Amino acid sequence: MSHAVIVDHAVKTYGDFTAVNGISLTINPGEFFTLLGPSGCGKTTLLRMIAGFNTVDGGEIRFDDKVINNVPAHKRDIGMVFQNYAIFPHLNVAENVAYGLKARHVPKDQIPPRVEEALKMVQIDQLKTRKPNELSGGQQQRVALARAFVIEPSVLLMDEPLSNLDAKLRVQMRTTIKKLQRRLGITTVYVTHDQEEALAISDRIAVMNQGNIMQIGSPEEIYRKPANPFVANFIGVSNFVDCSARTEAGQAEVRLPGDYSIKIPVSRDYEGEVILSARPEQLFFDEKGIPGKINMSIFLGDFVQYEVELATGQVIELNEYTKDVDSIRADGESVHISMNPLQVSLYEKESKEVLSC
Amino acid sequence: MLKSKKGQPFYKDFWFWVKILIFVVFLLFLVYPFYTLVVNSFFSTKAEGLTLYNFQRFFQKKYYYQALGNSLKISLIPTLISVLIGVPMAYLQTRFNIAAKTFWHVLIILSLMCPPFLGAYSWIILFGNAGLVTQFLTNLFGFQMPSIYGQGGICAVFTLKLFPYVYLYVSGAMGSIDRSVEECAENLGSGKLRRLITVTVPVVMPSIAAGALMVFMTALADYGTPGILAGGDFRTLPTLIYNEYLSETGGNANLASAISMIIVIISLLILFIQKAWVARKNYTMSALRPPQITEYHGIKRFWVTLPVALVALIAFIPQTVVVLCSFVKTNYSNFVFEEGFTFEHYAELGRSLTSQISNTFVYSTVAIIFILILGILMSYVIIRRRGKTGGALDMLMMAPYVIPGSVLGLCYIVAFNYLGRTPDGTVIKLTGTAAIIIISMIIRKMPYTVRSGSAYLLQMDPSVEEASINLGVSPMKTFIKVTARLMLPGVLSGAIISWVTCINELSTSIMLYTGKTMTITIAAYTNIVRNSVGTGAALASILTITSGVLLIIVFRASKGKVSFV
Repeated sequence: MSHAVIVDHAVKTYGDFTAVNGISLTINPGEFFTLLGPSGCGKTTLLRMIAGFNTVDGGEIRFDDKVINNVPAHKRDIGMVFQNYAIFPHLNVAENVAYGLKARHVPKDQIPPRVEEALKMVQIDQLKTRKPNELSGGQQQRVALARAFVIEPSVLLMDEPLSNLDAKLRVQMRTTIKKLQRRLGITTVYVTHDQEEALAISDRIAVMNQGNIMQIGSPEEIYRKPANPFVANFIGVSNFVDCSARTEAGQAEVRLPGDYSIKIPVSRDYEGEVILSARPEQLFFDEKGIPGKINMSIFLGDFVQYEVELATGQVIELNEYTKDVDSIRADGESVHISMNPLQVSLYEKESKEVLSC
Repeated sequence: MLKSKKGQPFYKDFWFWVKILIFVVFLLFLVYPFYTLVVNSFFSTKAEGLTLYNFQRFFQKKYYYQALGNSLKISLIPTLISVLIGVPMAYLQTRFNIAAKTFWHVLIILSLMCPPFLGAYSWIILFGNAGLVTQFLTNLFGFQMPSIYGQGGICAVFTLKLFPYVYLYVSGAMGSIDRSVEECAENLGSGKLRRLITVTVPVVMPSIAAGALMVFMTALADYGTPGILAGGDFRTLPTLIYNEYLSETGGNANLASAISMIIVIISLLILFIQKAWVARKNYTMSALRPPQITEYHGIKRFWVTLPVALVALIAFIPQTVVVLCSFVKTNYSNFVFEEGFTFEHYAELGRSLTSQISNTFVYSTVAIIFILILGILMSYVIIRRRGKTGGALDMLMMAPYVIPGSVLGLCYIVAFNYLGRTPDGTVIKLTGTAAIIIISMIIRKMPYTVRSGSAYLLQMDPSVEEASINLGVSPMKTFIKVTARLMLPGVLSGAIISWVTCINELSTSIMLYTGKTMTITIAAYTNIVRNSVGTGAALASILTITSGVLLIIVFRASKGKVSFV
């Protein structure tokens, strides 16, 4: 039976340094939830607090309504997959997977079939008697995975499980993990610094920075509607343009460089300095728009990446899909950049809070 | 429930109790005895209350303060010469294709692992007043050898016995200098010699200092060598302690305690100077590419091998001589060997010295069991649960280097001679028992095991333990089923070295033994002092051969990677 994981104002400090700064979030039963952020943002610290390897210095962590702050790590009924697999080097594959079952006093005759089944699920049942040093990185990862879910934990934790694999295997394994998680329906908390991986695998993502949560949402939400410039820039790439705005009837009139202005729907009234955030693929060349000059173009097959220098000196990145155009623009060409006001985001300059809706 | 300062519950896990256990052991058998020694040094039968009388007497009477000077001389001179021998040896061994390289390496390690007095003894056999070489030279050429007795002889014996410390530390460091550092120096226009002086030697300086420290400390603390080679009235601090406390003319524990304090203070001073000096020049280097080994052929290879072979063979002479002598007929009344081969000395052991032999093996085996258990636990605490307690334990581990064996022996005598009385009036004491010798072995020889174990643990990924805990196995069971199991190879090789040093232990047990608890080393020592050369040699051979076999096993099993220092 999978559980909800509730993190309620959790705090972790190391001396003067606050690694986790009063974070609150609720992970629903059966959900695939990812903690995403740059290194040092506190994501692994939080995961280890849930696992019981870090003490909770403030707030609470609950499984459903049971507070687990003081439950020792070995009594939390959690499966965990470690970054470097942490396979027991002195045990073979089957013994590694059986380890947790033995600790749970599963009747002896039930252990081999369960181990067998788990190994089949990760497609390494033919490697049962191998020792860890005879396995490749990907195979070790599968053992670690089987070992974590064979105990049917109420929560599964994964700490950057794919970061030590090569690019191709990483893509393959993340599909394996996602399918497995769907099938088992175990509440899963996944930590990664790789935004593409997070988007591909998660039901919901919490983007973290400096011990705080910057945004929680589905992959689509955090990509399309980043709650602040940090998320906008961490997930994908965003261009930021400083400008001023004035709202009227739910529409902000944003004055962009080159006497160009657009109207963006906003959630509240605001007048003053703002930051406009637009992704390279949300921009396009148009008759009207922000004037600029092409500095350089990079042809990447399915799209062309342009570096456009504005009159202010700022450099903007713009992507144009190969299938939409016939030719590549020359360096030095004068252009105008425009955008769909419904796609871009607008933030208050001071507070970095989102205005666009 | 206890609360830590952050308001979180503080649950006393397995490691909490382990720390308590280890601290209790050290408090009882290191801190407390040493404390009693300190207190003792400030009391005297000649003055009332707390007094500096002992120290005043020490620095006023030439008989005493001369020993301090002697001790410093016979520690400093061998330290300097050891550096001069050990560093070039290490350089040759790590940078050239020396013939039979591993063989010389093992010989040097073996020569380090025998009790120092054996060296003294075999040099007497060879170069003593009636020594084989001395007589040979006198008879043949009328050439008079300089006397082996006294300061010169002691320095020579210490140097040959202890230079391996410098060699082992420095060759370890030289082997882990990244090739590019030296290549870079060469690239910048340094010749080979210039490169050696300006780059290689400065980089391994901390290791030279560490090796030199070991030589100094061991020489300063050694009792056996000056005991045998003193000759006339040459006294050092350790022999003085022994004489003061155990001399038949009435021992003075207070004065002996004060002298002990002086040795410990000197050791501490040297240790701090070394640490402070090294702290300023500690370089961490990860050798991605180990240094290049120059391949010589023919006569060039011979010339680089020759010095290594000579030094290793000379250092190994004591063991060879001792084993050979154990099979040679002796004339007991004289210090003279007769011709002919005999098993008589070994038969003599079987007749009258079986208890000493079994004592050695029983004590060292019991000690090693405790060393293994405590050593595994301690390595874990020091590496994984460091905190303040781990740091403090790390400090306590240095104690055996600072407190010489004879001083620890004296500490135990002072502290455990009287623990109370039973209802019928018998004095309860720990002195005179086998237990006290075993405990002293545990306290003094555990560092080898702990250091080897913690080095091994440092390379182990902690998430393996977390994986086990996470799967529902308690921290204690995880330690037994996973961590200890994985640490075993590292701990075992350290433990065997602890074992070898237990077997060869003399300076503490000579203070603590009684007739019933005599060990091989003590028997060998007393036999040698009494000129029962053959029996002494047979006893010493047992030590040498056992140690050699054990060390070769460790060397083989660890593929030469274990640290012997």
